Amino acid sequence: MGVIGQSEMLFLLQGLKWTLLLSAIGFIGGGVFGLVIALARTSGRSALRKTAAGYISVFQGTPLLMQLFVVYYGIGLLGVSIEAWAAVAIAFTLHASAFLGEIWRGGIQAIPKGQTEAANALGLHYVSRMKDVVLPQAFKISLPATVGFLVQLIKGTSLAAIVGFIELARAGQIVSNQTYRPLLIFGIVGAIYFIICWPLSLYGARLENRMAKAAR
Amino acid sequence: MNYVLDFSVVFEKMPDLLMAALATIGLALAGMSLALVIGVIGVAARTSTIRPLRAAVIAFVEVVRNTPFLVQIFFIFFALPMMGIRLNPTATAIIALAINGGAYAIEIIRGGVDSIHKGQVEAGLALGLHKAQVFRLIVLKPALRAIYPSLTSQFIMLTLTTSVCTSIAAYELTSVAQIIESDTFRSFEVYFTITLMYLAISWMMMGLFALISRHFFSYPVR
Repeated sequence: MGVIGQSEMLFLLQGLKWTLLLSAIGFIGGGVFGLVIALARTSGRSALRKTAAGYISVFQGTPLLMQLFVVYYGIGLLGVSIEAWAAVAIAFTLHASAFLGEIWRGGIQAIPKGQTEAANALGLHYVSRMKDVVLPQAFKISLPATVGFLVQLIKGTSLAAIVGFIELARAGQIVSNQTYRPLLIFGIVGAIYFIICWPLSLYGARLENRMAKAAR
Repeated sequence: MNYVLDFSVVFEKMPDLLMAALATIGLALAGMSLALVIGVIGVAARTSTIRPLRAAVIAFVEVVRNTPFLVQIFFIFFALPMMGIRLNPTATAIIALAINGGAYAIEIIRGGVDSIHKGQVEAGLALGLHKAQVFRLIVLKPALRAIYPSLTSQFIMLTLTTSVCTSIAAYELTSVAQIIESDTFRSFEVYFTITLMYLAISWMMMGLFALISRHFFSYPVR
């Protein structure tokens, strides 16, 4: 058995950097496109609504791993040569946009209709009505679910390991193969994920409790 | 780039893929059933008066829900042989799915049990119902109705998660697809096809769950 030295730990931390980066790109990119999806899903035009609903149900009905595979090899087919991390980041962005779009749709639809009607009566146009009236309230309602999805996304980036991308889980696999100490290594890797995800989960649960109390 | 899509190799392997899809459904069903068992036992343990037991259940739920399934399945894959348990990859995958799904099931079922007010049970008894009737009609059915949507969507997530079991070479749709891919190099065609198969599986399950819900949980109460 090999020893777990500084270089092994450093390699894991290098992987952690990519895990955090992928999560951040997926969450921010997914947030931007997710807003578009949510607005399309709640728009007045039936074609937009249906397209957004189809997009969401395809991403929610297929494994994240398959989404990674299809985007990864699909981009290759287009003849565009981009680096592996960019292909993976695009896949996570698309995945996150579908899930965040659905979460925020729920938030938007939870806002009482009177708010929209009042905004209309005041002569606000669509952009201002959404930006100043509906969305701020919808985001507040959706915050616990959004935080919950962020945890899902961080855990989900581990699947990039199966495509061969070296993030935390893949780094753990490599170190485990070198040192023949799988339990220790995957224990450490699991602990690192836990340290990142647990505070977020607790924060999400606290937000939810606070809201449940306020609603009572 | 003059890549020509060629799905013929995928169609040639269709019987293999269909068998593997059945294996995926089997894996999912086995994982779900065991997850339900773990969920019920876990909730019982979580409400027990023995404090260390309660703490252990809470720790189990938090650890499983805040680490990736991929890391869990690797850990279990290497941990079982060290405990002297030798299982094939597919059986190992079922255990990993059960543990993962079980942790989520505990949280969901606990929420359902909490949703039944004590006053309801007392009211049922006051109306002259038997204890068994109170449990079946006032505790069990409303609790099931309350948790049914989240439990079934969790089950569909678990079904999609089975694809990760390819990482320990369990027999299921993704691992079979990976073998076909390495034989034919038709990566996109293979994965695109099985993505559609997964979509069909999850839509079928959603339909089935909706049917069950309409039969058992529709109003007026039968």
